[in-house]
Amino acid sequence: MNSSWLTLLLLLPIAGSMVLAVLPARTSAAVVKQSALAISVLTLALAIALAIGYQAGGGYDYSVDVDWIKLFGAHYALGLDGIGLTLVLLTVILTPVVMLASWNDGDTGRWGPKGFFAWVLALEGLSIGVFAATDVFLFYVFFEATLIPVYFLVAGYGGPARVRAAVKFLLFSLAGGLVMLASVIGIYVETAKSSDGPTYLISELQHFDFGTSVGRWMFVGFFIAFAIKAPMFPVHTWLPDTTESATPGTSVLLVSVLDKIGTFGMIRFCLELFPEASRWATPVVVVLAIISILYGAFMAIGSNNIPRLIAYTSVSHFGFIVLGIFVMNSQGLSGANLYMFNHGLSTAALFLVSGFMISRRGSALISDYGGVEKVAPVLAGLFLVSGLSSLSLPGLSPFVSELMVMVGAFVHSPWAAAFAVPAIVLAAIYILWMYQRVMTGPVREGVVGMPDLNVREVSSLAPLLVLIVVLGFYPKPLLAVINPSVQHTMSEVGKSDPQPKVTEGEAAK
Amino acid sequence: MPADGLLAASWLLIALPLAGAAVLLLGGRRTDRWGHLLGTATVVASFVIGLLCTFQLAGLEEKSVGVDLFTFISAGSLDVRAGLLYDPLSAVFVLLITGVGSLIHIYSIGYMAHDPGRRRFFAYLNLFIAAMLLLVLGNSFVALYVGWEGVGLASYLLIAFWYTRPAAATAAKKAFIMNRVGDVGLTLAIFLMFSQLGTTSYSGVFGSVGTLAGGTVTALGLLLLLGACGKSGQFPLQAWLPDAMEGPTPVSALIHAATMVTAGVYLIVRSQFIFEYTSDARLAVAIIGTITLLMGAWIGCAKDDIKKVLAGSTMSQIGYMILAAGLGVFGYAFAIFHLLMHGFFKANMFLGAGSVMHGTNDDVNMRHYGALRKAMPVTFITFAMGYLAIIGFPGFDGFWSKDKIIETALSQNLTLGLCALLGAGVTGFYMTRLMLLTFFTKERWEPDVHPHESPKVMTVPLMVLAALSLLGGLVLLNDWIVTFLSPVTGEAPHEDPPLPALAISAIAVIVVAIGVALAWFLVGKREVSRTAPEKVSVFTAAGRNDLYGDAFNDLVIVEPGKSFTGGLAAFDRGTVDGGFEGTGRALSGLSGALRLAQNGFVRSYALSLLAGAALVLLALVVVNLA
Amino acid sequence: MTLTWYLVLAAILFTIGAVGVLVRRNAIVVFMCVELMLNSVNLTLVTFARAHGTVDGQIMAFFVMVVAAAEVVVGLAIIMSIYRTRRSASVDDANLLKY
Repeated sequence: MNSSWLTLLLLLPIAGSMVLAVLPARTSAAVVKQSALAISVLTLALAIALAIGYQAGGGYDYSVDVDWIKLFGAHYALGLDGIGLTLVLLTVILTPVVMLASWNDGDTGRWGPKGFFAWVLALEGLSIGVFAATDVFLFYVFFEATLIPVYFLVAGYGGPARVRAAVKFLLFSLAGGLVMLASVIGIYVETAKSSDGPTYLISELQHFDFGTSVGRWMFVGFFIAFAIKAPMFPVHTWLPDTTESATPGTSVLLVSVLDKIGTFGMIRFCLELFPEASRWATPVVVVLAIISILYGAFMAIGSNNIPRLIAYTSVSHFGFIVLGIFVMNSQGLSGANLYMFNHGLSTAALFLVSGFMISRRGSALISDYGGVEKVAPVLAGLFLVSGLSSLSLPGLSPFVSELMVMVGAFVHSPWAAAFAVPAIVLAAIYILWMYQRVMTGPVREGVVGMPDLNVREVSSLAPLLVLIVVLGFYPKPLLAVINPSVQHTMSEVGKSDPQPKVTEGEAAK
Repeated sequence: MPADGLLAASWLLIALPLAGAAVLLLGGRRTDRWGHLLGTATVVASFVIGLLCTFQLAGLEEKSVGVDLFTFISAGSLDVRAGLLYDPLSAVFVLLITGVGSLIHIYSIGYMAHDPGRRRFFAYLNLFIAAMLLLVLGNSFVALYVGWEGVGLASYLLIAFWYTRPAAATAAKKAFIMNRVGDVGLTLAIFLMFSQLGTTSYSGVFGSVGTLAGGTVTALGLLLLLGACGKSGQFPLQAWLPDAMEGPTPVSALIHAATMVTAGVYLIVRSQFIFEYTSDARLAVAIIGTITLLMGAWIGCAKDDIKKVLAGSTMSQIGYMILAAGLGVFGYAFAIFHLLMHGFFKANMFLGAGSVMHGTNDDVNMRHYGALRKAMPVTFITFAMGYLAIIGFPGFDGFWSKDKIIETALSQNLTLGLCALLGAGVTGFYMTRLMLLTFFTKERWEPDVHPHESPKVMTVPLMVLAALSLLGGLVLLNDWIVTFLSPVTGEAPHEDPPLPALAISAIAVIVVAIGVALAWFLVGKREVSRTAPEKVSVFTAAGRNDLYGDAFNDLVIVEPGKSFTGGLAAFDRGTVDGGFEGTGRALSGLSGALRLAQNGFVRSYALSLLAGAALVLLALVVVNLA
Repeated sequence: MTLTWYLVLAAILFTIGAVGVLVRRNAIVVFMCVELMLNSVNLTLVTFARAHGTVDGQIMAFFVMVVAAAEVVVGLAIIMSIYRTRRSASVDDANLLKY
């Protein structure tokens, strides 16, 4: 059944962005901001409506499939499964939050507030496209298109080294995209040989046999692109540089939404299209993921720059997500999916609240702070809650997903879990040590008189923190959506959960 | 069996303090005026509910009531349901937590009356009570873990309550991180249970743990022990506990003496169905307990800070409980019994110490006290009750509980038993030293200090706790507590101790008397200097430095860790990022070299054109020839 | 009379033109050498057309002539304007477009 709802969801922010862009230059900044926020809230409302109407099940809902370029077998095909839906929801939730939080961040930038909000809306629309695309070619187009708004958001708004950071980000992403393009072309070449002609539809590719060695090469092409995007060790270095220079809002969209494309792609393309190759690569990827987990955590401990520190925590968290994906069991995969959503919330909160603080003090260095809790208790409190969610404190949502990923890892191999678990200690060190140096102790000179958060700032954080707490105790609504899709993915990969030696039923006998 | 009546609403126990904390934290300054009263009221209400629930439980045939709430996590075969379990063990803890918690809340109304952060303090305390209740009421290891981390958070917040002091902030961070090291063990144990047994609920693990291989069960036991060590300040994760005394004194009483630090004991007793299958892990538990009980006592002897002495004694007393828990089915009930008694007398003494500090401008150095019994008679009398209880003076509750542990230890493992006996003697020494330095000997007050008795709101909880220290042992009458707990801890087969029980008691009392006498001769009879002597024996120096636990951690973990992260940062910048940036630089260098060919002379371009054409021609010729 | 002589003549003319382009500095002379090369190619085209008995080569030669004429117009105009600004007709002096 064709449904145009997803197209509408996708076009709404993009159209909004274009309208903003062509508004006459004399339009007041307030009108620009308010209309951008209104569009993003409208998108959110539409997405929530779609989520309520979503038919949970293994397959796709709201599907649309129209021939696009017949010669290549490319289709304009969209659809939402549980995995895509959670990430679309994350995108539409974070966009208005980021707008509200970055209300004045665009004022001093290269293209003013109009440019900032227009690019943010464009990014929202394109990200939705990435998560909803069910055609490899269409996905690729969206995948590369998302780079454009981010490039301009980084290069136009942010710190002194922003242009260099933007170029670095662009080069890394393009390099990955190029490798992926080779695989995308490879799909055409291979499918064109078959009697049915070339196709890029995921639903058809899932049943296509690429052959062992071709499949592995294509897997590698996709995986490298997604590993750069995610980012994983050793291709992570663009992330700290970028977050250091970008505005907090841009960092949120970059880390919480855009980087999820990497891990999302690993599930959707690496696992579902090349199951044999994924199983073949599992040992290497698991090791890389564990290195990322520990490496990111250690680097975070050693960071003196708050945005860089948060970027490194994300490297660590993405290591967990990749670990969960490649252990290929229900706990790991569901956990990884949930982790993507939760990490989006918690990192967004952390970036935004630290951004509020940095904009007040004018320095991102931890060593420039001290005793902030005394002058700005609300800021400190929200900072702590965000930080605790980042260190996966039980009762906050990231805990659930981290536990699931680690359970999955343990079921896969106790050693994998044993190496990953110390990250909970390292996480406590990097968050609490930062908190100690920034928030506690005597009030430092530059901190005296720092104003506490205002109503706009608190209300931009509130939805995130409320979600973090609610999902921390009751993650079922999301899991109910994710689990059937994960089962579907598992069946595509041809894996089933190993049975524990004793099941509860037997034990009761 | 499923719950009915009030037990079905036992989730209220947790919800009430949690709601209190939420109101206080979210309400902000609006709740400043009445926040502490709300906080106290919720805990008292929880206590009343707990009391009623326990009465209902006592009247039931099957003493284990489950309350199933909702699905927490589900994925594949992983199905964690949020639910509560009300059985004798959790009932004892609920009463201890809410009972002592209520008294300490009331006490804090007075203690924190002039602190600008009073509302925050009560919010954190309420948060702690809720998390601790979840810890003991949860029906699975995952639920326990959620509470476990929750109390860790509350402990962190409360140690760092006076966050402008760098020492407090550092101590809080240290406590949380060391606890997390223990949590590594607990989480791995949970994963092991799930991967091997497919469940993490107590009933599920209880039913199927017997099918596991011996090595796996031992690993499970050791991992749980690691978790217990972190939370309970046991060797080798003991170093955070003395530092935790940076928090306000009611916190030390509630969290770092009476309840939270005993969670490790709870964990081991709760997991008795695992430990029953592994004597190796049980032995490890007992040995860890013995080491810690001696270490704690040693540290207690050397400190001059009254709270640090009490912290040392807490370590030591929890060591006794862990030792008892390590004795298996013979000791579980006594571990809980001692835990309960310790909760009374230690809370009593910590609050007493708080009262002393209240009257001496928050001075904690015992060398600045002396002869306080006249200035603070109520504090003195109540503290003395606690003192007599902890040293095991016949008739007081510590006597009954510690005696049982020593007796059981002697009959199960002579070496450990003798160590426990020695520990009792050392306890007699350092507690007497504390009493003498604080309430007896000559006045050594700071010039501006005018000791005075604390207000009623603080002394009444002291009196209640003192009464409990005196009478708490009554629960052993007719072996009531042992029988009450037996559905959880199992029934111990009867074994005759090597000596008659009375003889062992007599020996224990004599050993303690020797310790007390030593203290009298070394401290009470001599002049006490206001400053700590510089030249001291190796043993005292080691004790003052917490047996070099911090130095060891610094040397082996912190410093190498710092160098490692420093090196890693250089590696990240230089090698990893340097690799990419280097590639970029190499490419731009190459293009810089190549573009020099564009020299602007048309004739050189023409020459290269010609050369190219010639090359093509040559290639054609060669190909044609070949 | 064989074709060889025509081709040899064309080759000699082409070589003279090429050497002239490479060694002479005066833009006008270089330009004339280029013309020489073009015409040598024309000669070759016509020769082969004759040899094959078709008119293809001759048509090509006409194309070349047309292009050469257009080129002369543009080229001389450029040389003139360079000479006006630089007071020099040396190709080595017009080296602004480098690196």
